[in-house]
Amino acid sequence: MNPLVPHLVLAMVLFGVGLAGALTRRSAILVLVGIELMLNAANLSFVVFWRFGPQPDGQTGVMFALFSIAVAAAEAAVGLALIIAIYRHRKTTRLDAMDRVKG
Amino acid sequence: MSPVFYFLALLTVAGAVGSMSLRNPVHCALSLVVAFVGLAGIYLGLGAQFLGLAQVLVYVGAVAILLVFVLLLTRGGEPEAEAGRVRMRWLGVLLAMAVTGVLVAALVATPLPAPRVEPPEIPTVRSTGEALMADYVIPLQVVGVLLTAAMIGAAVLALPERGGRGGREEPRGGAR
Repeated sequence: MNPLVPHLVLAMVLFGVGLAGALTRRSAILVLVGIELMLNAANLSFVVFWRFGPQPDGQTGVMFALFSIAVAAAEAAVGLALIIAIYRHRKTTRLDAMDRVKG
Repeated sequence: MSPVFYFLALLTVAGAVGSMSLRNPVHCALSLVVAFVGLAGIYLGLGAQFLGLAQVLVYVGAVAILLVFVLLLTRGGEPEAEAGRVRMRWLGVLLAMAVTGVLVAALVATPLPAPRVEPPEIPTVRSTGEALMADYVIPLQVVGVLLTAAMIGAAVLALPERGGRGGREEPRGGAR
């Protein structure tokens, strides 16, 4: 079997699990966790295509995943700071309680 | 495919499912750590050494800890923060399953390129560092600026607002 297939299926399942969590959890923090899972699934497919792809082009896939990790870390930091700022106003992190734009 | 990959894949998926389905948010964050460690193992198995180490350092060491901190700071770790059910939760799960199904169907329908027989030259930490400092130096600088901006932005967002100016004090009693 092509070794791409099981790895890519794993990435797709991870993406699906993250998407399901981001759509169904009501805590803003856990929605962020779901987004992190989806980002990790994308990273995995970068690395898999680098490892098994037909183009032996240096370390492109690894580099892309590396920068993607850096961007994801920045995103997590800002997202969690936003959640803390909202919590300070509304005393909740439940998304269904944040139904007004007016602070 | 080696049994090690299947073990790690099972671990990763189990951790991911746990982090999205457990009721206590702190358990979710800890289950997420399992998923991240499993992914790091898969990266190592694929020959991406530095990426596996970076995955452990950044995700397990920083993001997961940050999540636990925020859960505790916001009292989101109490299970009642998740109490009750989201309306139409099944719709979200169904949608995610449909998306996964479409992706897998696309994968099955795609004629994949023949995999490389000989593995690429396994990048050591040394060669990764040399590539970062030579070929990828501009992206590296941009990421440095991005991380600095994110750090300053996160600090500004999370700092307590100075009250007493323009009526920006927190409302007593709160909105809910």
